[in-house]
Amino acid sequence: MSDASIENEDIPLEVVSDVDQTWQDTVRSLVNAYVLVPGRIMITDYRALLGFGIVFGYLFVGTVGVWLMEPTTMWDGDRLVQSFETMAHPLGTDPQGRDILTLLVYGTRPILLMMLSGGLFIITIGTAIGTVAGFSRGRLDQILSMITDVALTIPGLPLVIVLAVTLNPESPVLIGILLAINGWGGLARNLRSQVLSIREEDYVEAAKAMNVSTGNVLLKDVLPNMMPYILYNFMSSMRGVLFASVGLYYLGVLPYSQENWGVLLEQAYSGGALTTWSMFHWIFWPIVAVVILSIGLILLSQSTDKLFNPRVRARHE
Amino acid sequence: MNGRWLLKRIGMSLLVVWSTITLTFALIRLMPGSPISRMRAELYQQYGATMTQAEIDRQVRLYLNVQPDEPLWQQYITYLLDTFQGDLGHSYVQGIEVTVILADVLPWTVLLLSIAIMFQYTIGILLGASMAYAEGSRFDFLSTSVSTFLVSVPFYVFAFLLIFFFVFQWDLFPQGGKYSTGLEAGSLAFYRSVLYHATLPIVSLVITGFGGIALSMRANSIQTLGSDYIRGAQLRGLSNFRISYRYVARNAILPLYTGLLIQIGFLFGGAVILEQIFSYRGIGYVLLDATLYRDYPLMMGTFMVITIAVVVGVFVADLTYGKLDPRIQTGDSQ
Repeated sequence: MSDASIENEDIPLEVVSDVDQTWQDTVRSLVNAYVLVPGRIMITDYRALLGFGIVFGYLFVGTVGVWLMEPTTMWDGDRLVQSFETMAHPLGTDPQGRDILTLLVYGTRPILLMMLSGGLFIITIGTAIGTVAGFSRGRLDQILSMITDVALTIPGLPLVIVLAVTLNPESPVLIGILLAINGWGGLARNLRSQVLSIREEDYVEAAKAMNVSTGNVLLKDVLPNMMPYILYNFMSSMRGVLFASVGLYYLGVLPYSQENWGVLLEQAYSGGALTTWSMFHWIFWPIVAVVILSIGLILLSQSTDKLFNPRVRARHE
Repeated sequence: MNGRWLLKRIGMSLLVVWSTITLTFALIRLMPGSPISRMRAELYQQYGATMTQAEIDRQVRLYLNVQPDEPLWQQYITYLLDTFQGDLGHSYVQGIEVTVILADVLPWTVLLLSIAIMFQYTIGILLGASMAYAEGSRFDFLSTSVSTFLVSVPFYVFAFLLIFFFVFQWDLFPQGGKYSTGLEAGSLAFYRSVLYHATLPIVSLVITGFGGIALSMRANSIQTLGSDYIRGAQLRGLSNFRISYRYVARNAILPLYTGLLIQIGFLFGGAVILEQIFSYRGIGYVLLDATLYRDYPLMMGTFMVITIAVVVGVFVADLTYGKLDPRIQTGDSQ
């Protein structure tokens, strides 16, 4: 008699699942949730498909493409071969006879590294500060919100320039973080207000009543609600890092060990590529590389909402 | 205007300025290979025979507002007080006061950016509202696609294209500068020349900026149009103009404010790139110049003034927010 009563006290709500989940079930449901369902949704949405294709294409070029292509050197071809004239230099050459396509391919990897590290930095800091601030009313919330407001107000590019000149970082990963140094403010502020309303939901209150630790409540009950928004922000922050890095490399204020699109822009601009048609392809192709990647990221970020929307998902499960 | 709300805004602005000053102090004083040791080494090399250590320190103090032989906290206090009194040190390269240089260029940047922001928001809000009213039409689809495309083009890319076509191919606009030389300041021709030179930079900001505003205005308006109080207003027989102006527009514009606050900072930051491309000697141009010459006093001073400009801009925007949102006046903002 006493046994049963103790067990009942230990189990909240007095109900236990009567099916045991094996690890195969877990794997199957994970694959279903993260690969199959998003895939099925994406096939029906041409914009998501296009965005995914573009971003994946750049990833492919930045990783495998570099292995497939020989690096280009001076006087590989004649100077200023126009685009689409020879098969050897499909996009033409610069005034030193270097192949523009190869330069672009080799410039992809550092840019992608910067975007990835910057984007990860932004969503990590932004999510941590936003959720903690929203969940922990009172003094801590006030302090974190104040820090967020300061980060939001200090203008990003000048701050990055001043820091880059004094700290002089070399690796693309560090430069990416530097470029994202105060980009997390918007995400943090927005997540804070979302958490403020989520924390009043019944299931959060239930979890708290069951004495689940605050960390677990945040991770398992609060965070999943905000995943679409966080993912959306990841894409747009990567786009921000892309714009900022290319812009600052164009200004020549960031150090580099390998030429990237921004450095190519700078060389073309100061070489006078804007003055005549015969050099225009020199500055045109780096621009195209930036704009297409940016369009890909925008299309992908617009589709994240669909990927996580339970109503859309239900139709594909 | 609600007093507590205003005090909070002012406190926030001061906090941002204080953080920036502290940051520049830390960068000048604490970083390895700091500007101070660099400057001392250079002075020592140049005048080592004729200058005493105390004199070198005095020079450093004049330029960087930092007295190297005092304890750290005392240096910090002096630096803070000097900066708050408007003394930003002397330019290392040009030898004149940083404030004099910046007072000369800041109005030009403010001119460019305020005109650009005005156009961005006017076009964005009008276009977004009409897209929302015509939701689902061909016009809506076209404008949405164009806006999405324009958002994905960085403004400097557009600036390159403008220069290529309008300056070098068709020779319609000047390549750079703020006004033609030889004009009497204050004359009508002078102002026309100023606007003529500012056109391309402003256009490149407006074209790449209004799309994002239009898209969020569209989304906000559609959301507002679907709410019950709009139906209520229609049932009460209010005129269409009154509904669209007082009910829909007002509520759809409010969420744009967070974007505006970020946009002000973004534009002042982007001025560095914009002014370099168009050789427009504003505050961003000076920051870049100072950076390339490693002119630390001018660089830190410019960074501070840009931050202060953004803070003031955000503050002004906040005041107009109070005008639009009646909850601010009654202190019911939470």
